[in-house]
Amino acid sequence: MGKLSKKSTVSNNEGMLSPYRVLDLTDQRGYLSGKLFGDLGADVIKMETPEGDPGRSLGPFYHDIPDPEKSLYWMGFNTNKRGITLNIKRKKGQEIFKQLCRTADFIIESFNPGYMDKLGLGYSTLSEINPGIIMASITGFGQDGPYKDYKAPDIVLWALSGLGFVTGDPDRPPISPGYPISYFFSAIQAVIGSLIALYSRGITGRGQYIDAVTLLGLAWATGPEVQGLWPTNKQIVKRTGRIWPRPQVRASGEVSYIDVPLIYPCKDGSVKFFPFVEPGMLPSTNGLTQWVVEDGMASETLQYVDWSTWNWQTVTQDAVDEIVESFSRFFMNHTKSELWNGAQERGIQLYPVFTPTDMLEFPQLTVRQYWEEVEHPELGDNIVYPGAFTKLSDGSCKIRRRAPLIGEHNEEIYFGELGLSKEELVLLKQDRII
Amino acid sequence: MEMDDTQMQTPPFEGINILDFTWTGTGPFSLNPLAFYGATIIKVESRERPDALRSLGPFKDGVAAPEQSYYFAYCQTGKRYNITLNMSHPEAKELVKRLVVWADIVADSYATGTMEKWGLDYDNLKKIKPDIIMLRTCMHGHTGPLAGHHGQGFILTALSGVDSILGWPDRPPAGAFGALTDFIAPQFNSVCLIAALDYRRRTGKGQYIDQSQHEAAMQLITPLILDYTANQRDLTPRCNRLDNAAPHGIYRCRGDDIWCAIAVFTDDEWKSFCRIIGQPALAKDSKFATLSQRKQNEDELDRIVEEWTVKHSPREVMDLMQAARVAAGVVADARDQAEDPQLMHYNFFEEREHPVIGKIPFYHGPCFRLSETPYEIGRATMIGEHNEYVFTELLGLSDEEWARLMAEGVI
Repeated sequence: MGKLSKKSTVSNNEGMLSPYRVLDLTDQRGYLSGKLFGDLGADVIKMETPEGDPGRSLGPFYHDIPDPEKSLYWMGFNTNKRGITLNIKRKKGQEIFKQLCRTADFIIESFNPGYMDKLGLGYSTLSEINPGIIMASITGFGQDGPYKDYKAPDIVLWALSGLGFVTGDPDRPPISPGYPISYFFSAIQAVIGSLIALYSRGITGRGQYIDAVTLLGLAWATGPEVQGLWPTNKQIVKRTGRIWPRPQVRASGEVSYIDVPLIYPCKDGSVKFFPFVEPGMLPSTNGLTQWVVEDGMASETLQYVDWSTWNWQTVTQDAVDEIVESFSRFFMNHTKSELWNGAQERGIQLYPVFTPTDMLEFPQLTVRQYWEEVEHPELGDNIVYPGAFTKLSDGSCKIRRRAPLIGEHNEEIYFGELGLSKEELVLLKQDRII
Repeated sequence: MEMDDTQMQTPPFEGINILDFTWTGTGPFSLNPLAFYGATIIKVESRERPDALRSLGPFKDGVAAPEQSYYFAYCQTGKRYNITLNMSHPEAKELVKRLVVWADIVADSYATGTMEKWGLDYDNLKKIKPDIIMLRTCMHGHTGPLAGHHGQGFILTALSGVDSILGWPDRPPAGAFGALTDFIAPQFNSVCLIAALDYRRRTGKGQYIDQSQHEAAMQLITPLILDYTANQRDLTPRCNRLDNAAPHGIYRCRGDDIWCAIAVFTDDEWKSFCRIIGQPALAKDSKFATLSQRKQNEDELDRIVEEWTVKHSPREVMDLMQAARVAAGVVADARDQAEDPQLMHYNFFEEREHPVIGKIPFYHGPCFRLSETPYEIGRATMIGEHNEYVFTELLGLSDEEWARLMAEGVI
């Protein structure tokens, strides 16, 4: 377990992006954007409606209590942010927002296209107030084009991107992640775009606008296996579940496939292994082969296979099936942890299929202090979080504070920084502006 | 926004130099966005052991030749120079030092051991260039017992939980299609690299970035990990269903293996949905009127949905539903994707000519658009394609010396 982070409720902005301020207007589609800025030290102000962000209604919940202050979804993706409430639909709220824009470097939002413009808070207006401002919008389909106003929940983007069609077992419908991940492919991209704009601002002195498009991020992630064979060979790649088909392309352009499993059941779960024989992967495949032979589980073909001359373009499915059969029997004879430990000793590229239980027990993550224990005084508890997304030499990528409570930093920011009086704050609260 | 032309045309990373020891997916994908916006990358390969993706198909004409891998081409759409160096040769190490002086960023994607063997670990790089930024990305990071562990993204999806969220509750997981962590991990690296460039510009300090691709990929399922650490509940696959929507799934359409996705969140959307499928009475049916009723009777609901969708093409379903403000989408195969009007609107996939592969249409740029700064994409390079330019023009070796190094197998 990682060290107890005593800094979870203390402001500490050291980090590569520490001079910068981010106004984070995103919902669950874009939380990760602001979090990455915060992880690198930026001062991220998460702005919520006075009743709390809609993403607070997403489960799972702490101790299964459905309460806006107990959403683990909210907590997980809003660390390293301060939180204020502001109703930007109201005129007074818009005035305050514009004031905050004067001292901000970045704005990130994930409303439907055109929403900020409709409120009079579009990029063109905000850049007049602060010409250096960099604004990123995270949407499913982008700010323009024939689908721009289409509804774009995770599953629809997953489907249209091409990932849906190729994911899942062949005898059942295609599947989407049981836990939505589509928008992460634009939330992180929005940060990349924003930082390029920042670097550019250092040259031009001007900010700009970033259109981060989930469909593009997911279409990129379908990769060349899907896209490579359609235009050239008119071949449609289908979903094959645990099997990974390796294409054999004839000179005529005709394509057939050799089926090789990637995921194999074992005694207490599943493991993932692929008999690559490409450079660097030969020792792994040889290592497993030798182990299977030692265990007396190898068929004759596997015993005498020479992986160094193996050619996926010419092998037959029968030969592969026979080898796979030996591997399968061998795996079923061992547990995940036996296979993992043996794989380590023998230099085999094999991974057990992990769920969080396995992750928390994985020694490598503990040694690297991946897990961070974050104080939640409001719950009277500490919760273990996945920590830094990367390790920097100065250790500055880390969790500095837990996710904010609703309006937790209203006073700090409105009174302390914007210079509003306590009386004004009370009025704003009564008027449901904050 | 108005700007003069010269400002608009200056790529922000012009003058930023990257010495690229990465290979396969994650490393190149990490660097591509910098190349799209003007960074100069020199990719270092060796003739003995070229980029592993050069031997991974699909291949042009099915021929497993180093310059014919679509997989390699797909990962190299950021413009690069390509040189060869035989790093076991002492003279190669001297040449590399000169390239480190040239570089602002040195990147590699090997497990611990390779860069160390070549004398190119961070401490050594710093001695050559004190403000160097080093990006290291590998399976498990460069500390801990697994620092030297070799692996790849096709199986890392297992350790990072990505496979476990892709499956049916009654079966072992189907898992991710392809090496999905190779598309997750690099995004974090691009973020870090650009932040490091800005940090160096302000402070003069370099940076060392040690990415474990495993740690990066797990970030996406943080709430599921918290469900375990706070509630002791382990992950179970839920397939296409979602707590706060019904119907929510992938439904069979007219034809063979043809599908569409539909997601209904609110009761208003449900009413629209019922109207479109010609069963307005369903909206008031006590089995389906509210979200909780629809969740309770979801199996029956899904059957009703599919009775309607099988009579339609996915395009019809999407158009009818979206026109009525109900979320739906075609489950696109490679052809649908290639012909998708939205992807085409963004000109996401572009054709480029490659000397060996010829024209292929799946080169791509960034997954976002900047309002003021254009991007530029390149084609995949060939092994040693730019040796002459880099060694003679950039490093200033004489033609004779260059020829000697070639003849002696240093480059």
